[in-house]
Amino acid sequence: MKEFTEKALQKARDLGATYADVRVVKRAHESIEVKNSKVEAMAASTEYGFGVRVIAEGAWGFASSFTVTPEEAERVAELAVRIAKASASIKKDDAKLAPVDAAEGKFSSVFKTDPFTVPLEDKISLLLEADSIIRSEPEVKISEATMNSWRDDTVFASTEGSYIEQTKVECGAGLSATAIRGEDLQTRSYPASFGGDYATAGYEFIESWDVVGHAAETAKEAVQLLDAPQCPSDERDLILEGSMLALQVHESCGHPIELDRVFGTESSYAGTSFLTTDKLGKFRYGSDIVNIVADATSPGGLGSFFYDDEGVPAQCVDIVKEGNFSGYLTSRETAEKLGGRSGGAMRADGWNRIPLIRMTNINLLPGDWTLEEIIKDTKHGIYAATVKSWSIDDKRLNFQFGTEIAWEIEDGSITRMLKNPTYTGITPEFWNSCDAIAGEDDWHLWGVPNCGKGEPGQAAHVGHGVAPARFRKVRIGVME
Amino acid sequence: MNNVKLMGRDRAEEILKLALAYSEADQTQVSLRSGQESLTRFAGSVIHQNVSEMNGDLSVKAIIGKKIGFASTNSLEEDAVREAVLQAVEFARHQQENPDFVSLPKPTPPQDQPVPSTFYDSTASFGPEDRAAAVKHVVDAATSNGADAAGSYSNGYVEFAVANSLGIMHYNALTAAQLSTVMTADTGFGYAGRVSMDERAVNPVEIGREAAEKAASSRNPQSLEAGEYDVVLLPYAVADLVGFLCYLGLSALAVQEERSFMNGRFGQRVCGENISIWDDGLDPRGMVRPFDPEGVPKQKVEMIDHGVARAVVYDSYTAYREGKESTGHATGGVGTWGPMPANVFIAPGESSVEDMIASTERGLLVTRFHYVNVLQPVQTVMTGMTRDGTFLIENGRITGPVMNLRFTESVIEALSNVEMLGKDLMLVEGMVSAPAMKVKSFRFTGATEF
Repeated sequence: MKEFTEKALQKARDLGATYADVRVVKRAHESIEVKNSKVEAMAASTEYGFGVRVIAEGAWGFASSFTVTPEEAERVAELAVRIAKASASIKKDDAKLAPVDAAEGKFSSVFKTDPFTVPLEDKISLLLEADSIIRSEPEVKISEATMNSWRDDTVFASTEGSYIEQTKVECGAGLSATAIRGEDLQTRSYPASFGGDYATAGYEFIESWDVVGHAAETAKEAVQLLDAPQCPSDERDLILEGSMLALQVHESCGHPIELDRVFGTESSYAGTSFLTTDKLGKFRYGSDIVNIVADATSPGGLGSFFYDDEGVPAQCVDIVKEGNFSGYLTSRETAEKLGGRSGGAMRADGWNRIPLIRMTNINLLPGDWTLEEIIKDTKHGIYAATVKSWSIDDKRLNFQFGTEIAWEIEDGSITRMLKNPTYTGITPEFWNSCDAIAGEDDWHLWGVPNCGKGEPGQAAHVGHGVAPARFRKVRIGVME
Repeated sequence: MNNVKLMGRDRAEEILKLALAYSEADQTQVSLRSGQESLTRFAGSVIHQNVSEMNGDLSVKAIIGKKIGFASTNSLEEDAVREAVLQAVEFARHQQENPDFVSLPKPTPPQDQPVPSTFYDSTASFGPEDRAAAVKHVVDAATSNGADAAGSYSNGYVEFAVANSLGIMHYNALTAAQLSTVMTADTGFGYAGRVSMDERAVNPVEIGREAAEKAASSRNPQSLEAGEYDVVLLPYAVADLVGFLCYLGLSALAVQEERSFMNGRFGQRVCGENISIWDDGLDPRGMVRPFDPEGVPKQKVEMIDHGVARAVVYDSYTAYREGKESTGHATGGVGTWGPMPANVFIAPGESSVEDMIASTERGLLVTRFHYVNVLQPVQTVMTGMTRDGTFLIENGRITGPVMNLRFTESVIEALSNVEMLGKDLMLVEGMVSAPAMKVKSFRFTGATEF
């Protein structure tokens, strides 16, 4: 493979590229979807190809192909340089990269049981068993159980001398129950919605969630929601369950700290960020107890790796320290503009995509409460769980999220279940109202395998470590 | 210009026949894609990302009895094709029976209606230098209005072929070009975008001018209280809402799962009499697709006719379940997505946007929405932000830009309150051809700071 990557790099050099890298990626994906007691999808896919990224005449070009041959390496490198020269026709400054040490090595993520070696019958029967338990609730009209496994083998080589081989195995699963009565549709999911929870781990991770053991409760809650009262519309304290808080971190912290968004390079599509560079080190993002890191080294994190797709080593970067905004997710090019080194957050969704600044594991560090203590300490509030819908403006300020379920809290006790909960706020006001975060025992690193960004679109696998937390005086029940 | 080397119908059919021959399943479907897609991205009025991709895909669906297996590979080499077929068959063997599965689609007689052309050499061969020249027009329009331009120009071609063991065999090559831009003029924002099968219909000068004028005129927006306002929605905003409506309720799977607003309401009025929505894969005002990923020719489906719920779209799985025929709206691939409308039209009216503004005492003009998401699927309640040019209308004229607002509204209810419809349709994002609309009492529930 080294001969192949060198061929592409040499061709790029010969044609005038001042920098080039090549990534060869082989990706295997297996997905099983059970719906209403039937295996609706059982699928395997393999993708193989390479991409060449260059700087020529001070501008970027990228070309990729699914034909991995020496002749194609040269053709693709040549096209990448030609594209870079076209880019150079509309530029202001030359692209410059922060330095990185050349690296060589071979790395693999840690797993006990390779999910691709588990017999298909075992995986199917696990999902079907959970599904049949869900379907035993008569008012559940749609039951779903899904499982996904991925394996990525990546080779990265650059004109700066890096040659890095990485293997990453990921998997996860989840289930959901949808009860319908007339126009009322209520869904409960486990352990998280939109496909469940994912990790850089083996099949042991899926087993640890015991989806079969939680199917009955999930279905029961979906049906109970049909009879639950509507979430009231007022202002009160809000306690967010882990998977919902993970999304809150994702949307209101993870995206606005992407330095490419801050510099406007995503403005036409996903938007920009309110966390402009003048705020770095000087902005009160949250209350004193809010500490957030971007940690690509978290064990088992879906956003963990050894080197990013620019050959920068994985690291843990402070984002919010005791409430103060203190860092960004960066690339070599954006870090150079801030006068530092890259924090290693450039990741590409496969061989045919350029790396972009993506979240790693954006973790809210644990506090010193327990969830029970937070509930007991809450006079008038709701405990809201599991993502249902999300929407946030293009600077990541005004958000409105819906959750599958909530429980009303009065004088420190849960009193009743509520349906269709929603809450809304402005990001820094919301995080400054955070006054209690649960501790290590309630902390979990959630995996989100579908973070969208970029044109052409890319889906990133990212992680969010959180424990439930309380936010004071939040506007809830936006619909009523 | 790019050199375009198509695989061609003969070679595509040869690969499909080879794949079918490898299969020992009772029924087999094989589809193939191959093509090049390129995209030039700009921001801050410079090109900052510029990519091109040559890729393929071969997907196999194998059926043994009522057991279905699926495998795909992005290699079209003989060994990889064979391996994908064997894997799909192997998966089918290990599968459970799906009692709802009846059959893969059977071949249908050729359609009477001629298929409009879907492949334009001009689009396929449009190279990086051509895209840069188009982007230059957009950047120049921004610069002359004191704005910064961001956006993308994408173009490409794809050959698509599908065959099954019951005798279906189709091949088509198609092209697409899309240019869109968001411009920033201090505190003002503007947007414009066009998409077409033919690159010559994507006019960068016109797109640049539209976005630049909007950005320049939306400087210094004032804050506005949330609440109910009459709104003039430009086609971009209308397409956002109707696109979600299609996803939520206009597929047979949504109806079969009882999660559609159409459930129990066929033949009844679901929205205003002035609203008709249909899907027509052969209408060249949209992106023409002669057949779906199962190889079923596209049928025209009148989904909502003068406010009355009429029909939803089907793939073979949902159709055979009800003893019907597929309308040619399979989404392909695997999973539980079900069929989906793909080339949607909303009946135009007779008004211009100027007429709508002139008839509005107090209301808002909305260019487009951002990050729309569903709150209550059966009631079609959605939320999202306005974006890239929101203006206050007072006494029949635009009086100034306003900061962006969050709406929370039932789309089907909004379609019951449409007072005026634009006379022109615009194809938005390649899926919905929409007119502008004036909607009475549209609900905004929050505001942001820009």
